[in-house]
Amino acid sequence: MADKKLQIALYWSAGCGGCDVAVLDTDEFILEVAKLADIRLWPIAVDGKYKDIEAMPDGELDLTLFNGAVRNSENEHMAKLLRKKSKLLIAFGSCAHMGGIPGLANLTTRDDILTTVYLHNPSIETGNQTIPHPETKVDGFSLHIPEFYKRVYKLSDVVDVDYFVPGCPPAPHQVKNVLLAVVGGQLPPKGSVIGASDRAVCDDCAREKTEKKLKRLHRPHEIIQDPKKCLLEQGILCVGPATRSGCGVRCPNTGQGCRGCYGPLPNVIDQGTKFIAALASIIDSRDPKEIQQIIDQTPDMIAIAYRFGLPASLLQRSMRS
Amino acid sequence: MSFEPKIVGFLCQWCSYTGADLAGTSRIQYRPNIRVIRLMCSARVDPSFIAKSLADGADGVLVCGCHPGDCHYAEGNYKTMRRFPFLKKMLAAYGIEDERVRLEWVSASEGQRFADVVNDMTERIRLLGPSRVRSKLQTDKAER
Amino acid sequence: MTRTISIDPITRLEGHGKIEIFLGDDGSVRNCFFQIPELRGFERFVVGRPIEELPRIVTRICGVCPASHHMASAKAVDGCFGNEVPPVAHKLRDMYYHAHFIHSHVAHFYALAAPDFVCGPESDPAVRNILGVVAKVGLEIGGRVIKARSMAQRIQQLLGGRTTHPVWCLPGGVAKGLKKEELNEIKPMVKELAGFTEFSLKLFHDVVLKNPQYVDLILNGPYTLDVQFMGLVDKDNAPNFYDGQVRVVDFEGHEICKYQPDRYFEHVAEHVEPWSYLKFPYLRKRGWKGFVEGINSSIYCATPLARLNVADRMATPRAQEAYEGMFKTLGGKPCRALMANHWARLVEMVQNAEMLERYCADPEITSDKFRVLPQQITGTGIGIVEAMRGTLTHHYTCDKNGICTGANLIVGTTNNNAPIQMVTKKVAQTLIRPGKEPNQGILNMIEMAFRAFDPCYSCATHTLPGQMPLEVSVYQGGKLQHHFKRGS
Repeated sequence: MADKKLQIALYWSAGCGGCDVAVLDTDEFILEVAKLADIRLWPIAVDGKYKDIEAMPDGELDLTLFNGAVRNSENEHMAKLLRKKSKLLIAFGSCAHMGGIPGLANLTTRDDILTTVYLHNPSIETGNQTIPHPETKVDGFSLHIPEFYKRVYKLSDVVDVDYFVPGCPPAPHQVKNVLLAVVGGQLPPKGSVIGASDRAVCDDCAREKTEKKLKRLHRPHEIIQDPKKCLLEQGILCVGPATRSGCGVRCPNTGQGCRGCYGPLPNVIDQGTKFIAALASIIDSRDPKEIQQIIDQTPDMIAIAYRFGLPASLLQRSMRS
Repeated sequence: MSFEPKIVGFLCQWCSYTGADLAGTSRIQYRPNIRVIRLMCSARVDPSFIAKSLADGADGVLVCGCHPGDCHYAEGNYKTMRRFPFLKKMLAAYGIEDERVRLEWVSASEGQRFADVVNDMTERIRLLGPSRVRSKLQTDKAER
Repeated sequence: MTRTISIDPITRLEGHGKIEIFLGDDGSVRNCFFQIPELRGFERFVVGRPIEELPRIVTRICGVCPASHHMASAKAVDGCFGNEVPPVAHKLRDMYYHAHFIHSHVAHFYALAAPDFVCGPESDPAVRNILGVVAKVGLEIGGRVIKARSMAQRIQQLLGGRTTHPVWCLPGGVAKGLKKEELNEIKPMVKELAGFTEFSLKLFHDVVLKNPQYVDLILNGPYTLDVQFMGLVDKDNAPNFYDGQVRVVDFEGHEICKYQPDRYFEHVAEHVEPWSYLKFPYLRKRGWKGFVEGINSSIYCATPLARLNVADRMATPRAQEAYEGMFKTLGGKPCRALMANHWARLVEMVQNAEMLERYCADPEITSDKFRVLPQQITGTGIGIVEAMRGTLTHHYTCDKNGICTGANLIVGTTNNNAPIQMVTKKVAQTLIRPGKEPNQGILNMIEMAFRAFDPCYSCATHTLPGQMPLEVSVYQGGKLQHHFKRGS
């Protein structure tokens, strides 16, 4: 094997930077990475610019970790550019994997977002009629900003993706595992989810599990939960049964239900419907009226079952236009 | 040309499929818009089947099972009874009209009832018009 | 020949942005624009969500300062439930928040800002980064920096269960308290961090203040603005990052206003330009006057330097010493030299560490009275905290079932959108000389202008639904794309 360092890029799209912080949270390991790799693009930390990427030959990058969803034309352009320039393109974190929290915007519309943000907000300058748009001419010069798309897409909707690393953000020890696997050439078949377990969060959760028979559901602030018992058994919604483990069970350990950021289990194509199927099976009632009452005790199931994966669901987005 | 709804029907083997069969052998006429898929129990219907049917172009989805208390597997249709309202609420949040997805209990002897359900559902969906789901998802692939 | 120089993307900050510099025929800078290309629409898509879920959704506005959003959101949600939060919960939240400040300030100073000073503003871009800094200062110091941030993250994890994207705050308090064994793990880390904050000040002294070039850059360079300053203060006018009143002071030191969070919309408004997705807050009562400096300017900064400018003192003794030392060197307060933000950040860290020490010694901190159950819904709540990079406002409304009906966010860095636009242009006009092609070093020095603000452009969206009647035409490339009316 040549002594040439790996050429890598870490890019953020419509995300929040948490995945980049997750890489920094590998602590001293980042110094190991520096020994093995040249980081050609990582806007949070290094000074590589887009023109440097455009200038490089195709396939020059050994690895790109791409985090963030595809929300606008620049996100898509960079996804395609980095795909061309990279041997391996990994969808890193929930947003690239499944659309993430920005994917909740698929329950509303572009017009609603733009008018709310720039026109209706009570802090907006009185009389403002301006909404930002892709091209503005000032003084004879052209100013451009990306086109804000009608909906959110996940990375694999716009380019071919080699591997998926789930999590919001991916747990630092998983980030390390993934980087070591890439460096060591020990990767599973293309298209696999890596950096996560093949079992559900429940399997790693230390809470006591007995029998699940729910007579009612509680919103998290309605009861003081028992820190030792399974949250679902107490009627507190936890998407753990429908979610891959690997995160360290960090939310149930804090006393809050899982919201599914590590994505669906192997061979499950739609996380949210799997969750409601599981939840429904533990509701202890045969009376349609009582069942409806129980369901009404937790509103907004769509954004609990698909908190991180709405664009990756079978129906992907609201049909209202 | 009038719109012909495509309705996917998930029928349980023991009660509702037999009931549908009875409609056939009794020569009861009903709308041909339903495409039947036979399963052993309505509980086999994972809610994702319904979502997938809509995503793939169905204008409506009908799920039929045994009447509560009569499930061949004792508990199956209770699970269906509980899953369905969760799913309906979710579909409403997606902006999918309520009449497009329906759960009915049909026994083995209810041939006429099955025919009535299919006719009623077909006409309601005809009034609603085609489901926009597949066309929107396909447009999403090309237009941003 | 007219020309455009694009710096795209801007780097060593959080979030997306680009700088477009337009040169005239003579090669001088005709105009310069700082554009933000990102928008996600949080304030619109949190509508319809149960209000108690918002603190764990809005953290995803930013992965570097998620706890800022978490805390502001928690306070706004507490307001929607109208319940008193137990004092222990406020102490726990404040303790977490101080650790969070340290993580973020360390990351910014060492990874994002230091490369310009340690490697040099015009050094090779391939090494002008955290790895280049470690190569220069050595593995021992580099290791110490990494360990400090790691400890700050670990303290948050022990307190609140998670670091990035906490799920800890609930209406009525927090979801878990601090156990004695967790506190025992925190105590030695706090001690080390206190030492580290002093070490950081010393490093700044040795690397920056002992270098006459850098001192000249800070005091006499184009990186200054005559605009106003905003920050949160306690009843003694000392900085409080978690709670307090908002104070605005002009660059000559006179107080313009001081208000309770629930009056924020009387004092702040937002201007929109078509060439950036990020809005431009300004002092509402003075009106939008454009990108102009001056004693009557309605533009203000909200940054660590702004916080120290509006404060009369620090809240803790060693921080007070550092604060006095800083302003003495800078020639008094308020200081308008924006590069001093890097120093102010380190002074704040001293207060963060001292507050952590206080909480470690507080016998109440391991109490189990960290939560009460809400008994009512008021329907509206406003929470203001200081994010590391500026005053952060979350304002929510909800219906009687506790479902969110509206959200208005004015985010830390957004406050600084206008000052950043103005100082970037000023620096570009000063450093780009006609006839001399600006090299990457000059372009980096233009980028150093925004870096002083520690911007966080992921925090770059706001909306609030309302009922204003309006008619809108939306153009793209000069062509009418959408036209609609709303209201009567």
